[in-house]
Amino acid sequence: MSAPQDTFDADTSNRSWWERLRAFQQDKPHLFLLLIMVMVPLFLMNPSTWAVLTLSGLAMGAMLFLMASGMTLTFGLMNVLNLAHGSFISLGAFAGATVLTMWLNDYTSGSLWVNLVAVVPALLFALVVAGLLGVLFERLVIRPVYGDHLKQILVTVGGSIIVMELLQVIWGSNEIPVPRPEALRGALLIRDAIPVIGGIALEKYRLLAVVLGLAVYALMLWVIDRTRLGILIRAGVENREMVEVHGYRIRLLFLAVFVAGSALAGIGGAMWAMYREIITAHMGEELMISVIVVIILGGLGSVRGCFYGAMLVGLINLYVGFLEPRLAAVATVGLMVAVLMWRPQGLIPVIKV
Amino acid sequence: MLKTLLSGDYPRSRPLAVVLVLMFLCLALGPFLFPGTRAFSTLGMICVFVIVVASYDLMLGYTHIVSFAHTMFFGIGAYGVAMTMEAMGKGFAPIFIGLGASLLVSLLLALLLGLLSLRVKAIFFALVTLAMAFAFLSLVTQLYHLTGGEDGLRVRVPRELGPAFKPFDGELRGFSITTFLGGLFTDPGNLGEVWRESVFKARITGRDLMYYITFFVTVGVFLFLLRLVNSPFGRVLQAIRENEFRAQALGYRTVFYRTAVVIISALLATLAGVLFALINRYVNPENTLNFELMVFILLMCVIGGMGTLYGAVVGAVLFLLAQNYLQDVLKWLGGGLEPGTLLAELVGPERWLLWFGLLFVLSVYFFPAGIVGQLRLWAGRSSSRKQDNGDDTTVTGEQESGNKGKDGPVVS
Repeated sequence: MSAPQDTFDADTSNRSWWERLRAFQQDKPHLFLLLIMVMVPLFLMNPSTWAVLTLSGLAMGAMLFLMASGMTLTFGLMNVLNLAHGSFISLGAFAGATVLTMWLNDYTSGSLWVNLVAVVPALLFALVVAGLLGVLFERLVIRPVYGDHLKQILVTVGGSIIVMELLQVIWGSNEIPVPRPEALRGALLIRDAIPVIGGIALEKYRLLAVVLGLAVYALMLWVIDRTRLGILIRAGVENREMVEVHGYRIRLLFLAVFVAGSALAGIGGAMWAMYREIITAHMGEELMISVIVVIILGGLGSVRGCFYGAMLVGLINLYVGFLEPRLAAVATVGLMVAVLMWRPQGLIPVIKV
Repeated sequence: MLKTLLSGDYPRSRPLAVVLVLMFLCLALGPFLFPGTRAFSTLGMICVFVIVVASYDLMLGYTHIVSFAHTMFFGIGAYGVAMTMEAMGKGFAPIFIGLGASLLVSLLLALLLGLLSLRVKAIFFALVTLAMAFAFLSLVTQLYHLTGGEDGLRVRVPRELGPAFKPFDGELRGFSITTFLGGLFTDPGNLGEVWRESVFKARITGRDLMYYITFFVTVGVFLFLLRLVNSPFGRVLQAIRENEFRAQALGYRTVFYRTAVVIISALLATLAGVLFALINRYVNPENTLNFELMVFILLMCVIGGMGTLYGAVVGAVLFLLAQNYLQDVLKWLGGGLEPGTLLAELVGPERWLLWFGLLFVLSVYFFPAGIVGQLRLWAGRSSSRKQDNGDDTTVTGEQESGNKGKDGPVVS
């Protein structure tokens, strides 16, 4: 790790471009990979398609980030692998959908404000419900198995079965349609605004997803890096006893982190529900593959890596989905395997697993 | 004789031994004891899943490797045979070609997985296998011109293994246990009548031949696995489970052993997949590759008892019986409740998995060694009380420092 740092700091002016590229690739693998991912498809399709796909890919990445960040947070900070994360995603989706159907059946107007007002409580409700379940889950299921990965895997798989079955008890086992607010339907058309690329159409909902994703990313980084709470959490990961000696209740802290992770899954699920406009209890399970690839790509436990991993997965999904729709899932996993061969700890490793 | 067969690994608990012998007899005489197609298919599934779960236990219970790709290998076997038969027509040659080809594919994939597990550690392995299994599932669903997509493939087995084939003309008598027991309860005075009612004509067809092939392969695989885990190789696996670092320090190349285990269990799962395709005669993503199936295998393994091969048998039998018959019981239980209420929803026949999930979580907490481990513990306690084994928490609680208190199954 340190060697490339030295070469990068050295006088870069008289080195060849190749060496500079190598240093860049060693130093910032996430940016390097993202750049390659964005550039390569440019040769395979026409520029305006490429622009649309890239923007949609980033939007999908933002939603994936919302869903995956909770899981990477609980792993990175608490060393807990929560395979029941998918059921929290489903729960968030159902909770959000319930609020949306109740709200939007009364108001059919296309007014932007009414619609936005419906989206916010839906997301909030999803957040609260998933967070509450997180409290229960941490107390009942996860607390007895701190520090034992094998049992965590087994217990959270069991917990996920229970939550999914309960979801089906409450909401029934059929698919449920989710109304998307009127103001968020359709697309923004930008005509001839950009040279070469030409006019593109941007779906409004995806813009919202990108904004929300970036906001959550910034918030998480701020809390972890800059606040007292973040310092305590990081210290608790380093040395549990030391933090307890200072008089902080570490259990409460871990509970808070777990609840935050579950709540993020809930929001992500609600966003995904509005994006897909149809949900089932098993949607969380199906999304888990992308979530897992994202957190492995980024390096287990790294929030920053999770963000870049999500963008990469979102992009490759849409590019490959456009070129050869059948291979989208295989390409996602292929990307993961390739990155693991190159960097076994993921793009931005934080902890030694 | 028995010692060689079982490799010296006895059930070590009288109730367990009785249960196992009963299960063995029921499976061995299955077609003559349980009439009806549903019972027949349940018997076949039990045989197949004993292989699947036992080979999974080799990874999970004996080496503490969590893999979610076991269904992938199972599916490779099932689809391998189905696809070769689709391409080459009926006959025994395609079966063996399909078996060989799928074993080869599994070997390569397992080697790849093993090599990945060299580079990444335990918890990564679980996640990587999960992602790979999903990718494989999506590939199978998408390549529908080869695999039939969601609809799956019908396996046309050779005539000798089908229902139309009669190996010999005579009829055999079967004796229906279920009718007999039912009659015993409802009409205990009239034993002769009950006896006569429960005798039925068993017609031996090719399907029964197929069942017995499966049965004997299962017995063979099970004895092989018993031999394997009680060999020096198996001891090294358990050493890796308890403390990998120490095993390395003793000079064992743990990476080699871990890869070998992944490969062996993948090959056995493939074999089980082939048998499944032949006995079920229909493969689709849902019955061979689904993530839910993977969870079921995990449930069977843990509830039966990790790290005990007998646990695989007990777990598979219990779970498959529950899967096939618990719905009836729940329907009967919920019959008294008025429909629409929350309670009625909770015990509704579709919610049987809820109760199994609950049982699973509770068993991970309170019986980490599963049913078989618990039975052995009780047997050990009652036979030698003065040795003061304590319960398993004290046994596993005082593990080596550095080993983060893993509650491994109790090895005695």
